[in-house]
Amino acid sequence: MRARAASFLLAAILCLAPFATRASEGRPADAPRAEVIHWWTSGGEAAAVRTLADAYRAAGGIWVDSAIAGSEQARSVAFNRMVGGNPPTAAQFNASRQFHDMAEQGMLADVDEVAQREGWERVFPAPVLEAIRVGGHFYGAPVGIHTPTWIWYSKAAFRKAGIEREPRSFDELFAALDRLRAAGLIPLAHGGQSWQDNLVFSAVLANVGGRDLYLRVLRDREAAAIASPQFRKVLLDYKRLQSYVDAGSPGRNWNDATALVISGRAGIQIMGDWAKGEFTLAHQEAGREYGCMPGIAPDAPYLIQGDVFVFPRTRDPGVQRAQRLLASVVTSPRTQLEFALRKGSVPVRSDVEVSRLDPCAREGARLVREGSRQIPSVEMLLTPDQNGALSDALTTYWNGARPVEKVQRDIAAALAE
Amino acid sequence: MTARAAWRRFAPHLALAPMLGVALVAYLGSTLWTLAVSFTPSRSFPVAGFAGLAAYERLFSNARWLLSLENLALYGLLFVAAALVLGVALALAVDRVARGASALRTIFLYPYAMSFIATGLVWQWLLNPGIGIQEAVRQWGVAGFVFDWIVDPDRVVYTLVLATAWQAAGLVMVIALAGLRNVDPEIRKAARLDGIPAWRTTVSIVLPMIGPALATALLLLLASTVKLYDAVVAMTQGGPGTASEVPAKFIMDHLFGRANIALASAGSIVLLLTVAALLAPVMIARAHGRSRLGGR
Repeated sequence: MRARAASFLLAAILCLAPFATRASEGRPADAPRAEVIHWWTSGGEAAAVRTLADAYRAAGGIWVDSAIAGSEQARSVAFNRMVGGNPPTAAQFNASRQFHDMAEQGMLADVDEVAQREGWERVFPAPVLEAIRVGGHFYGAPVGIHTPTWIWYSKAAFRKAGIEREPRSFDELFAALDRLRAAGLIPLAHGGQSWQDNLVFSAVLANVGGRDLYLRVLRDREAAAIASPQFRKVLLDYKRLQSYVDAGSPGRNWNDATALVISGRAGIQIMGDWAKGEFTLAHQEAGREYGCMPGIAPDAPYLIQGDVFVFPRTRDPGVQRAQRLLASVVTSPRTQLEFALRKGSVPVRSDVEVSRLDPCAREGARLVREGSRQIPSVEMLLTPDQNGALSDALTTYWNGARPVEKVQRDIAAALAE
Repeated sequence: MTARAAWRRFAPHLALAPMLGVALVAYLGSTLWTLAVSFTPSRSFPVAGFAGLAAYERLFSNARWLLSLENLALYGLLFVAAALVLGVALALAVDRVARGASALRTIFLYPYAMSFIATGLVWQWLLNPGIGIQEAVRQWGVAGFVFDWIVDPDRVVYTLVLATAWQAAGLVMVIALAGLRNVDPEIRKAARLDGIPAWRTTVSIVLPMIGPALATALLLLLASTVKLYDAVVAMTQGGPGTASEVPAKFIMDHLFGRANIALASAGSIVLLLTVAALLAPVMIARAHGRSRLGGR
């Protein structure tokens, strides 16, 4: 009986808790109130999103956090609430074509006013601008940049295999992988899930195929480029990488693959810069225990993707005000730096002082600022549907024995959808 | 007829009306809606417009969808057979145990009570050649031992059968056991007096007597075959490559992540028709059996 009374009490407290926090914030009733759906739920991510909430509060707003684990889950909740007529103030999406359908259907509010006032066109890299602009209007406020195709390696594993310097071409990379294998290590730490197979492919396409081929295949979806011998070479090199993974690779999570590099059991992993969080958690430092390379070739294209907030269209002027304030707060230089420090990402703005970032992120920020090597990531160029079909074709190739000519046809069909 | 008598006749229908309403709107309504969406050019959102059979054409020219159907057929056959045989065998064994039957029943039913998202992960670890059974047996001294089905595109479906049959066998056991408890023990005694071996009694007399219970179990197994999703997500994510993809996962992927609800809806309709084709014979057989019993 007492237990039941206690649980009632607990339930009552839990029900009242949201009101309590809201009341204790002591904001005027008309303060801009932003309910934000996002999927930043891991330790470092939660710390990063707190900096956004703090900055929004400091600017006089009320931040209501709606964290939903899993990016797909979070996006579908945002979708469904918009369709159902109860939209959040803002929702996280990838800087990609995921939200272009919604913008075209008139379901999103543009933030042109903020973009103009703060000169987004001067400070954001071109691929990000392209991703957030639909029909001449800005529909997203970019929070941070991630690059999916960093190359991470264990210094201990390299020493054990007698590799003296970082590989600077794909031939050198294959030579290094051979030496790692000869030293009894797993040469390539890879999680065999289709999105990771896809990620490795975009790294090979950028590094081996180069900027021109990358854009002709993924942006222009040009049949001749997909059928070309250069693209065949990309696919063959990609498949060759598969011969360096261990038997336990299929189905492995990306962070388990990173753990193999951290422990020195594996040599190299190709993964986004979010992998850095795993090294940091294991108390390893870039340049000391592990190395990071933005690409293999010295002039390899640098893939850009990232996260943005989009703003469901509303007639409520209070909500519109909250949306504009949020767009302005998350893109301010200070917020961008604080967020990047915790998230392991790179600030989107090119005018942020980055000396406090770690060496890998500083290198990334330099490449974002330089501009000449930037290139949009796969999901910025393809619709989710095309990207999914491409993933299916690639993962079948990676895991099977499909002849490369057929794979070229598979990819052409996938991108023709 | 008095007003009261009329009310008496009417009241049960009134009580059932909400249920009927829910069934019509939620089930039939959603089905019709899905069917309608499958003929539109919808992407992220349902839009009006008519695209004819475009979604179905794309569906049946999609290698992954066709492979998913093949996988489902192979999986379904093996899974239903394995779960039925294992479940009935367990039930027969538990039925003969004098003591501790209820403890055994609980133990065998336990897998069914747990979410497959959790147990699937454990299966994934057990089957992983680097850290699971293969590695353990090798460390026990069997050097060349190989058990790597989960990373073998040709065998990965068998691992799904293994794990899900383990889970479903307990349910089959409980249903079969309920049937067995209704079988009069005198029948076995009489058969023994006539000198009929026990196995023969089981096969020719007892099992046919629990036929209706087994038909129920079969129905449930077929339904869980078609909606197979969580086991795949937890254990293989459809891999290696697309080797263990199933239709439900194809539909879910296209519904949200790939933002193509027309294609997802077309897939759902095809799946529904498959279910109907599979379940109709069982339902008819059951209805037939019932009317025969009623006629006696």
